[in-house]
Amino acid sequence: MSARPPRPRQAHPWAWWGWALAVAGASSFGTNPLLSVLLGLAVTAVVVARRTDDPWARSVGAYFALAGIVLAIRVVFAAVAGAGVGSTVLFTLPHLEFPEWAAGIRLGGPVTAEPLAYTAYDSLRLGLMLLCLGAANALANPKRALKSVPGALYEASVAVVIALSVAPQLVESTQRIRRAQRLRGGAPRGWRAVSAVVLPVLADAVDRSLGLAAGMEARGFARTRVATRPSSAATIALLGAMLLATFGGFLLLAASGTQERAAAAACLVVGAAGVAVGLRAAGRRLRVTRYRPDPWTPRDTALVGGGVLAFGTAALLGSTLWPAAYATMHPSTDPLVWPQLHPAMALILVGALVPLAVTSAPTAAGRP
Amino acid sequence: MIEFDDVTFAYSGAEPTLRDVSFTVADGDLCVVVGLTGTGKSTLLGLVNGLVPHFTGGRLTGRVRVAGRSTHHERPRDLADLVGYVGQNPLHGFVTDRVEDEIAYGMEQLGLPPATMRKRVEETLDLMNIVALRDRPLADLSGGQQQRVAIASVLAAQPRILVLDEPTSALDPNAAADVLAAITTLVHEVGLTVVLAEHRLERVLHYADTVAWVRTDGTVEYGRPGDVLAGCDVVPPLAELARALRWPGVPTSVRDARRLVQCDAITVSAPPPKALPTAPVGLSVRGLTVDYGRLRAVDGVSLDFAAGTTTGLMGRNGAGKSSLLWAVQGGVPSTGEVDAAGVDPRRLRPADARRAVALVPQTASDLLYLPTVSAELARADAESSAAPGTALGQLRLLGADLPLDADPHDLSEGQRLALVLAIQLTASPSVVCLDEPTRGLDYDMKHRLRDIVAQLVAAGQTVIISTHDVEFAAAATDRLVVMADGEIIADGPTRQVATSSPSFAPQVSKVFAPVPVLTAAEASR
Repeated sequence: MSARPPRPRQAHPWAWWGWALAVAGASSFGTNPLLSVLLGLAVTAVVVARRTDDPWARSVGAYFALAGIVLAIRVVFAAVAGAGVGSTVLFTLPHLEFPEWAAGIRLGGPVTAEPLAYTAYDSLRLGLMLLCLGAANALANPKRALKSVPGALYEASVAVVIALSVAPQLVESTQRIRRAQRLRGGAPRGWRAVSAVVLPVLADAVDRSLGLAAGMEARGFARTRVATRPSSAATIALLGAMLLATFGGFLLLAASGTQERAAAAACLVVGAAGVAVGLRAAGRRLRVTRYRPDPWTPRDTALVGGGVLAFGTAALLGSTLWPAAYATMHPSTDPLVWPQLHPAMALILVGALVPLAVTSAPTAAGRP
Repeated sequence: MIEFDDVTFAYSGAEPTLRDVSFTVADGDLCVVVGLTGTGKSTLLGLVNGLVPHFTGGRLTGRVRVAGRSTHHERPRDLADLVGYVGQNPLHGFVTDRVEDEIAYGMEQLGLPPATMRKRVEETLDLMNIVALRDRPLADLSGGQQQRVAIASVLAAQPRILVLDEPTSALDPNAAADVLAAITTLVHEVGLTVVLAEHRLERVLHYADTVAWVRTDGTVEYGRPGDVLAGCDVVPPLAELARALRWPGVPTSVRDARRLVQCDAITVSAPPPKALPTAPVGLSVRGLTVDYGRLRAVDGVSLDFAAGTTTGLMGRNGAGKSSLLWAVQGGVPSTGEVDAAGVDPRRLRPADARRAVALVPQTASDLLYLPTVSAELARADAESSAAPGTALGQLRLLGADLPLDADPHDLSEGQRLALVLAIQLTASPSVVCLDEPTRGLDYDMKHRLRDIVAQLVAAGQTVIISTHDVEFAAAATDRLVVMADGEIIADGPTRQVATSSPSFAPQVSKVFAPVPVLTAAEASR
């Protein structure tokens, strides 16, 4: 190791994604609202303690709001339109009965606790998944994540990175041009307004992209690419491997029998291996190097391990193999009982909180 | 190091931009490319690393060789280890979003081992003095910082030649001096060969070893600065002075000129001080404040601008000059009082506001969107409910005879400025604000702009010009207002403000200091 980073490095972006997706997956195994709330608090704690103040880290609030809106809308709908099931009447809304030809639709009436609880449990789970996505976005710089893709996808990742910066640029030049055209005496209306703004914005965008292309060319973009075309046999083999992997995945989701599942898994594994080999070979055609790539350290493994722990425990508890745990993971709403926690659920929470133990807080400057 | 051997180049379907160009830039020289706007300076620079014609297209005859390698056979990307190229707008050329990654980008493309990259990034950060910026997002940097990062990012690949297209055109005088000092360090300490194009020659001339003058017919004269400039159509202040005083060569620095003045025992006297008129007031602002979120761009500015005078606004990038002009026009929200001949343009509809205050923004082309010049002019007549032909008359009055069926985007920088100015003047405003009008203009066009401003002032209009160009400000304004951090830090007659500090003093005044003369014309009397 010649280059020991002088400052505490943030965890690998893909490690954050791995942890967040695993926790989101864990939440899909049960509807226990206590567990959902506790997991939500755990994820929030990690985000608050570990995020930086970079632009992408500010988006987590939007995910919170989205989760809240999902919850609110679903509960309100359940209250207004979902009545008629259950016996625990909470209160009664004004009643609206549709005529015969719209039979079955009934708005208002007595609001019962059972469907409300069912909807709330389910929405909490959905909100938690949204929160996990937001956490991944806030904790891992999307552009850094794209830096760690395989060499064969390098050019595609460059294109995505550039595309990510286009939107804010377009917004900026649109604002500037609209402001400038006010100087000519009010914004043009109708069709003329479109051309008046769109043409200069497009001219601006073309200028920018020409400048960028010239800059990339002058700095040697793609100069190490092997000039010969890859053989068509290799291309066909790669396509075949991809098809095989896709087919295997599809089969795995659809199949029910043990034998079919085994065959599907075999397809998936062989296909994925083929794709990996193909990508490696394609990556060798372009000899770019990476400056300070994020190293994958044991800490990153621990981070993902935390997520896997949460996921595995939830999968076990939520499976029908363990009826007692299954009951706590899916508390009954009809009849409505107070949800219980199972001692093993502590493991799920521990898994979600692992980042607090294995990563360090961002530096004072707030930048990784 | 760089050989041009009988090079003729034409963009497809056009007359040759460059013809019969032959010269050789020696290893370790700083060569400045000069010429009027639109003469092919950028084309000449692009030829050095092969962007022309590999990237732009066009027909090239003759041979360009850099360090023995022919640009005919090697693409720009193959020359990336030899020639570093920084385009006109560094922000457009940035590929990544952080300083450190941007510096490493070129080396990643060359496939250098990570350990080497690591070392070179640190060295380059030190060399360009930008260590403190290493983690900053590129978009948050100031213009001068961006320019230095752009230079650093090509230097990291350790090229032997550096090509820079107008590296200081958007910078304030101090930031420009900073960037140029960094470039001269590279020439003197690192031994790089540098080729750069520049409009404001006064900034770079004393660093230059050679000058390549691109004439309007596409031929190139190459030689020592003093010799080439004596006959050149690009006349920086010292060349103007040399011509006015009939010196045989052109001094390339203020120091040389001062020695010549002492040698010839030339004495000059400043014109008698002229009191600035204070009435009638054309525009008055009281306690004007502009906030962008938490940032205060203009902080309680109170000023009176007399009708029939020209006021220059100077100061660093981000000092609040543009915000002040936009606030006065009503384009950005502001608090405080604005009184332009009895009306507050901020409270008027846009169509009426431009009759009170007209503004020509920094990127003048933002105002243009129609396919031809004549369509733009006709639209301007309609917008100002003026008689048809008013805008065209205005354009002729400005001395600009533009091809009426041309696409405004094909016009040169100066022609576009004239067109936008004509459009804005069609509404016959009482106050005219120009935001950085000299950007990209050559000396000839700046003279024309000066005459135009003089016409406006003679007609009793109030003119306010924000500019970084001290030479233009000295020649074209009556009064200078210097801003910093949204506040006014100096205000007075141009002669007094410009001669009292070296950063705002034009070269001629430095030559004759302490006598406060501003222009060559004044010195020759």
